[in-house]
Amino acid sequence: MSKPIIEVTGLSKKYQLGVVGATTLRDDLARLARRFRGGPPPEDPGQFWALRDVSFQVQPGEVVGVIGRNGAGKSTLLKILSRITEPTAGRAILRGRVASLLEVGTGFHQDLTGRENVFLNGAILGLRRAEIARRFDEIVAFAEVEKFIDTPVKHYSSGMRMRLAFAVAAHLDPDVLIVDEVLAVGDANFQDKCLGKMENVSRDQGRTVLFVSHNMPSLQRLCRSALLLQAGRLALQSHDVSDVIRRYLGDGGAASGSEWRNSGTNTFNNPYFKPTRFWVSAEQGGAATAHIPGDRELWLNVEGAVETFDAATSVGVAVIDERQEIVFWTFHNDCNGDRKRLHPGKAKFGVKIPSHFLNEGNYRVELMASLTFVRWLFGGPGDSCPAIEFKVTGGFILSPYWIAQRPGVVAPAFNWSYDRTDSVHS
Amino acid sequence: MKSPSADSSPPAIETVIQPASGWLRVPWRELWAYRDLFTQFVQRDFSAKYRQTLLGPAWFVLQPLMMTAVLTVVFGRLARLPTDNSPPVLFYLCGLLSWTYFAQTMPTVAGTFTGNAHLFGKIYFPRLTVPLSVAAGNHVALAIQFLTFAALWFYYRTFTDYSHAILTPALPALGLVVLAQVQIVLLAIGVGCLLAAATGKYRDLQHVLPVLVQLWFYATPVVYPLSMISEEARWRWVAVLNPMTAPVEAMKLALLGHSSWTPGLALGSSAITATLLLLGLSAFSRAERTVIDVA
Repeated sequence: MSKPIIEVTGLSKKYQLGVVGATTLRDDLARLARRFRGGPPPEDPGQFWALRDVSFQVQPGEVVGVIGRNGAGKSTLLKILSRITEPTAGRAILRGRVASLLEVGTGFHQDLTGRENVFLNGAILGLRRAEIARRFDEIVAFAEVEKFIDTPVKHYSSGMRMRLAFAVAAHLDPDVLIVDEVLAVGDANFQDKCLGKMENVSRDQGRTVLFVSHNMPSLQRLCRSALLLQAGRLALQSHDVSDVIRRYLGDGGAASGSEWRNSGTNTFNNPYFKPTRFWVSAEQGGAATAHIPGDRELWLNVEGAVETFDAATSVGVAVIDERQEIVFWTFHNDCNGDRKRLHPGKAKFGVKIPSHFLNEGNYRVELMASLTFVRWLFGGPGDSCPAIEFKVTGGFILSPYWIAQRPGVVAPAFNWSYDRTDSVHS
Repeated sequence: MKSPSADSSPPAIETVIQPASGWLRVPWRELWAYRDLFTQFVQRDFSAKYRQTLLGPAWFVLQPLMMTAVLTVVFGRLARLPTDNSPPVLFYLCGLLSWTYFAQTMPTVAGTFTGNAHLFGKIYFPRLTVPLSVAAGNHVALAIQFLTFAALWFYYRTFTDYSHAILTPALPALGLVVLAQVQIVLLAIGVGCLLAAATGKYRDLQHVLPVLVQLWFYATPVVYPLSMISEEARWRWVAVLNPMTAPVEAMKLALLGHSSWTPGLALGSSAITATLLLLGLSAFSRAERTVIDVA
């Protein structure tokens, strides 16, 4: 095997908490003065290792997904590999030309036209003018902005800007393409086109791609291997992308099964709402069950304890399908919230999900709680939280023509009207 | 032109990313590789500046003329400062010729990190490209200013009785102008980079910078001749240590024929400029590695 195109050894990055973004001359002068007077050393505001001793290798032509929760160090890793900031310790060797797309439209100048910006952006990414000129038509065609190429980009829609920026970066022919979660913007069609382009770049041209995303289906589609970062450390690197994704998802939900019970006194402990039990059942508050037919309603039940009253305390669930798309969120005080404020004591909730609504398939439900508009109590999006799983299977639509899963996120059975509009009898 | 990635042989570029050591790291090779970005930045700054203005590049001529008019009224008519026997309009325009470039370039360079945080936080390129392109791009304005000066100079020499007071510019005089301008460029980059590194860390300096430029303006013999400060004056050392004094006086000597420029003054000022430049580049290369963590 040839030399790895990316070789990372013991990479670490430390941030000084409290000082980041807040340094003023006065602070440092005060610190200096204290040192001169021989006073006590200033209190250490605390250090934070965004990345700790991370080592891995990537072979040429590999497409590697970087997976991890918010704050796990994904962005820091990409920033170091893109040379935007320097590591505190460790080393990374990149063998080839690197192009990174950490944010769309970086370096676009509002007053310049699309054409001028293509050249400017290409030059920022390290391309010679002649190289951009050669690829210009291809870039513009890919971005689908031919008509507006001589209009200042300030008149562009965000979608157009994003298309143009991605087009420039993707047509650079870098040896390594580093892409952060930029595809979150843009319409589904274009996202698909971008994924296709990245696939193409890696498979047909043998380029290496490092790809960060929270979108598990696109990771699964694109990547041949994946890295899992947890709290700044490399938890797993594997060629089995599904395995890494499972580990990532498992790391959030404490339980997998149709029922979750709080196992410790300190788990998810907080005065506003501490969950004790969370389960799915066929009847309100009934026995936990993992299989519900599509033609039956189902109940999501929550029990917990409240110590301190707060008018804003809300308890809710996120229902997530097997493609990791959120089907919906719902909170206990969505309707008639005024009458459902949480008073100290024990609390019991239930929400009915109607029959003929969820599609056939596997679902995961995450429990959330928040002081509305203030903060998450536990288990905000992307954090560790109580989770349960169930499967909708069988008893599907009454029509005999649909026996399996339907396309679409949900599969509601609506009552159509039907009238004959002619009187001719055959 | 051959694209570095056009062939399928193993890529020759190898980048090693690690905590850097050394106090002066100027990535010359990389700056050269990114020379097209340098050109792009110069073009961008030029075309973005005057787009959507009514008079466009005419401002390059109008602005210094308006400044000259103001200086002539305030310092010439009201304060009645001497002008070393030169026509006041030429004297002030000459002073501006040497000062404006510095006053526009240095603060822009000083704002490199704060003004480009959105860019630096998202993409890598040799950061020095920004100050270098600013320093190069501002020569457009300077060149036009110079032509304006030349036209006025010609007018005064031909049509007024000042002709005896104006030295005929010879080749050595033009050489002196070029040398003085080189020094001004290096000084603007050096001081600008030094302040850029400091501003990246201490945002407070942003607010001090305009005051500093203003003070520096008065400490430099732009609107008054150095000869006005007698050899024995208490504050003369300020004017002598000020590295801008020598190039400003050099321009006046070359273009107007009178000034207190001496080779000794130039030598001392060059040494100070070189020191500031090295300090600036060193601080800049140190700051560029982690400044984004703070920004």
